[in-house]
Amino acid sequence: MALVVRKRREPLPWWGSCLIFLAAVALALGGGGAMLALQGKPALAGLSVLIGSAVGSLWAVEDCVLKAIPLFLCAVGVGLSFRMAVWNIGAEGQFALGAVGATWVALSLDHLPAAVLLPFMGLAAAVAGGLWAGVAAFLRALLGANETIVTLMLNYVGILVLEFLVFGPWKDPASFGFPMTAEFVPAAILPALPGTRIHWGLVLCGVVGVAVTLAMRSSRLGFEITVCGQNPAAARYARMPYGALMAVVLVAGGALAGLAGFVEVSAALGRLQPSIMTGYGYTAIVVAWLSGLRPLGVAGVALVLAALRVGLESLQLDFQVPAAFGGMMEGTMLLVVLAGSFFSRYQILRRPA
Amino acid sequence: MSWEWFLPIVAAAVQAGTPIFYATVGEILMERAGILNLGVEGAMLLGALAGFWTSMVTGNPWVGLAAAAAVGSLACLLHGVVTTVALANQVVSGLALTILATGLANFLGTPLIGLPAPGFDQRPLPGLSALPILGPVLFHQDVLVYASYLLPVLVSVGLRRTRFGLRLRAAGESPTACRAAGLSVLRLRLLACLFGGALIGIGGAYLSLAFTHLWTNGMTAGRGWIAVALVIFAFWRPGRAMVGAYLFGGVMAFQLRLQAAGTTVPSSLLLMLPYLLTVAVLAASSRFRGVAGAPAALGTNPEPSE
Repeated sequence: MALVVRKRREPLPWWGSCLIFLAAVALALGGGGAMLALQGKPALAGLSVLIGSAVGSLWAVEDCVLKAIPLFLCAVGVGLSFRMAVWNIGAEGQFALGAVGATWVALSLDHLPAAVLLPFMGLAAAVAGGLWAGVAAFLRALLGANETIVTLMLNYVGILVLEFLVFGPWKDPASFGFPMTAEFVPAAILPALPGTRIHWGLVLCGVVGVAVTLAMRSSRLGFEITVCGQNPAAARYARMPYGALMAVVLVAGGALAGLAGFVEVSAALGRLQPSIMTGYGYTAIVVAWLSGLRPLGVAGVALVLAALRVGLESLQLDFQVPAAFGGMMEGTMLLVVLAGSFFSRYQILRRPA
Repeated sequence: MSWEWFLPIVAAAVQAGTPIFYATVGEILMERAGILNLGVEGAMLLGALAGFWTSMVTGNPWVGLAAAAAVGSLACLLHGVVTTVALANQVVSGLALTILATGLANFLGTPLIGLPAPGFDQRPLPGLSALPILGPVLFHQDVLVYASYLLPVLVSVGLRRTRFGLRLRAAGESPTACRAAGLSVLRLRLLACLFGGALIGIGGAYLSLAFTHLWTNGMTAGRGWIAVALVIFAFWRPGRAMVGAYLFGGVMAFQLRLQAAGTTVPSSLLLMLPYLLTVAVLAASSRFRGVAGAPAALGTNPEPSE
């Protein structure tokens, strides 16, 4: 019996993508369990801690939502450029710069009331993150420098800028030598929504999600971005401004990652310190691709990968599992979904006799 | 003041550049066959771990080196299979490989931090090491550095003058023509992953077996990404890659010297240098990308044949 591969004429039904995603999660869990066993740790107990501590209580679910907020913001931003086949993988550095920008406002304008200070911090974060990504856009537009490598290199530089500041000029004299800024004034802390531990960053996510969905669906800008991503030749023929659109997706993505940095430094830490960098920017790449680049999908996948992070924290405590375990599982999921996407584009048929 | 103080720094530059050089040549092989591999950083780190662990267990760094090459090949083959068999996006697949391999290496490597393993030490080459200037710079190194001097010639001749090299380049320039000539693009690209991955793995092992004799988590520290950028700087030619790699080695060696000399410049600013240099080098060489011969089908997957 001979088999042939043929391009799908109709798209794979929705349950097909779900099936691929579930297979990815299952394989990642299986692979993770195998790795635990390899290091002589109880695999099943480990996996049950991983899952149980992420969804087992209201407290844990709140934690998942809190971690999903920066992931969502970064991933929506990364997804914008991915739609245009522009590869911004610098959300980590843009996040760092966002945190730096917000901290700068929080430390230098600390006499302002919260209603003025917080928007200013957010603005500074978005501008800082956007400019950081703008460097890549500028170099690509002007010299054709590959944005993938430039954005990635600026991750390392951005994190070092943050470290330079907290080890040097911004170090709190009262911190006993620890690299951290002074604690923010209460007005610089993003408050929690009434009755929960979840802060206003969630509302920000909602606004961003709706705005991006609307812009992509029903504006000329969104249409042009999609066309440039799917058929650059057609876009050029229609005289769409490729360079300007590329700059827009990069800078907007950087601004969103910057906002995530603002939310984290203000609500989660209340001061700037190196431990703010936990790889949200890299996980966001996984989130963006797994979600099929749709904001609603981003929210769902961000929650799943946030849950993985929450579970991993317990796993680290209970079984001394290194944090790198999370990267391993994220990478596995992404590779499986990539390999599985073959079935959403092609079908395997029996060759007609 | 004599100028001889300068020689140890140049020698250190050659040493620090060697792992990047191996990885760059590996990436050139893959890109020449049309596979853009952003998994270098991860594959390199996995190679560093495999080399270190195997050398520690067997007590023989050569076995470690072979293991690093094998693991590098396997990692890049994974990327190769996902992109050439499952026809997935090459950029995202490479990123996935880096995320997966970095996580895996740091996870498995955490218990090995601080343990000793036998590695490669510097052995002056008899005769050549007595040469003025060139001797102390090029021939007071370890055996992996000496081996790397042969790479540009071997790879250039292999790509230009052999039938296999021609076919490999055809898979990167025009997969359709390649297929029309009755060749399997799939097989050629997977072979490129095999050979390129081995070099990338060896580049990683150089860090844990020769540059230091230690394993530390994340010890590649962006060298894999620098290699990806250097491929563009090198115009996909191994000889130019050597120059670029030593340039980066020079910056890294300079930064280490400065720190050791107790400079007042904050270390976070010094550590930025190689990354900023990467951006600068990339920006400077990108203008010539068109004329410099990027493989025409780089990063694209041919449709499956009916």
